[in-house]
Amino acid sequence: MPDPAYLLAAVAVSAAVTWGLRALPFAVLAPLRASRTVRYLSTRMPAGVMVILLVYCLRDVSWTSSSAVAPTVALAATIGLHLWRRNAVLSIVGGTTVHVLLASLLFPA
Amino acid sequence: METVSDLAVRDRPPALAALKDCGSVGIGLVPLGLAFGAFLTHSGLAWWWATVFTTFIYAGSFEFLLIGLAAAAAPLASIGLSAFLVNVRHVFYALSFPLHRVRGRRARAYSTFALTDEAYALSTTDAAREWNGARILWLQLFLHLFWVGGATLGGLLGSLIPSGVVGLDFAMTALFVVLALDAVRDRKGDLPTPILAALSAVVARVVFPGQLLLAAFLLFVGGLVVRSVVAERSLSNA
Repeated sequence: MPDPAYLLAAVAVSAAVTWGLRALPFAVLAPLRASRTVRYLSTRMPAGVMVILLVYCLRDVSWTSSSAVAPTVALAATIGLHLWRRNAVLSIVGGTTVHVLLASLLFPA
Repeated sequence: METVSDLAVRDRPPALAALKDCGSVGIGLVPLGLAFGAFLTHSGLAWWWATVFTTFIYAGSFEFLLIGLAAAAAPLASIGLSAFLVNVRHVFYALSFPLHRVRGRRARAYSTFALTDEAYALSTTDAAREWNGARILWLQLFLHLFWVGGATLGGLLGSLIPSGVVGLDFAMTALFVVLALDAVRDRKGDLPTPILAALSAVVARVVFPGQLLLAAFLLFVGGLVVRSVVAERSLSNA
């Protein structure tokens, strides 16, 4: 287990950065709101950021090996469930269950 | 000018109303918290770190990333940078979150601290226009409690899960699948944005594998800025 002092520092840094990003923009709101580019970005950023974070999560999958079966099937299950029912909880729990079952039982690393 | 329904809303205790407002979003945080807590203990951290992480950072997707970073003993600077990159989207929430309705320094401090994707999404709906500051604050507090509670429980139960059970971290991947699908659906016809993002991420993965997030975000934002300039030009030429 990592050193508790290091972990506490990691939590403090993360909390400070996150809170700063949420609180400071309210202070500089007026000039931000006026910028057309910022408005253009703000409507398009969320969709793109989520796609990038998704690719980031999958960065360590080696797509040509058999270890890719579990994430591939689980990914398809999550997408399928979400397109079908549009229920975030169901999609996340369902996809994760598929992944845990496949990774633990059929394709242990 | 107050209508009868305004008064009815005001008469109901804001805490009770806020608990109802949380709805399925709040309930959804519990299984995600369970997965987070279980993943955390499986990564070698003591269960109560789940409580510490979720109480003081309160940025779900980044907390999942932080487990991996902390387990690999990443330098604090790269943790700070990752926190910045993953959470920089929150900057834009200030454009429409109704913070002006929240009164008092401490209340405002907490309200900005707890300004998560879910809190933002719920308090900027049409129905939320009538909510006063207290109701917004209670909503944020309840969402926070659902998340901390789920994660703590997951941390405690996680140590009971045999080590042969692996792959719980996929909960984070599934979370981003859901958030990405919902965000893309909100943009309706705007397919170039997710495609630009996916291209940026894949290029970053191949060219800068050590700095995937930073490279992908820079490529994506750069591409968006170019697009906005081009769109502006074609608009003024038309």
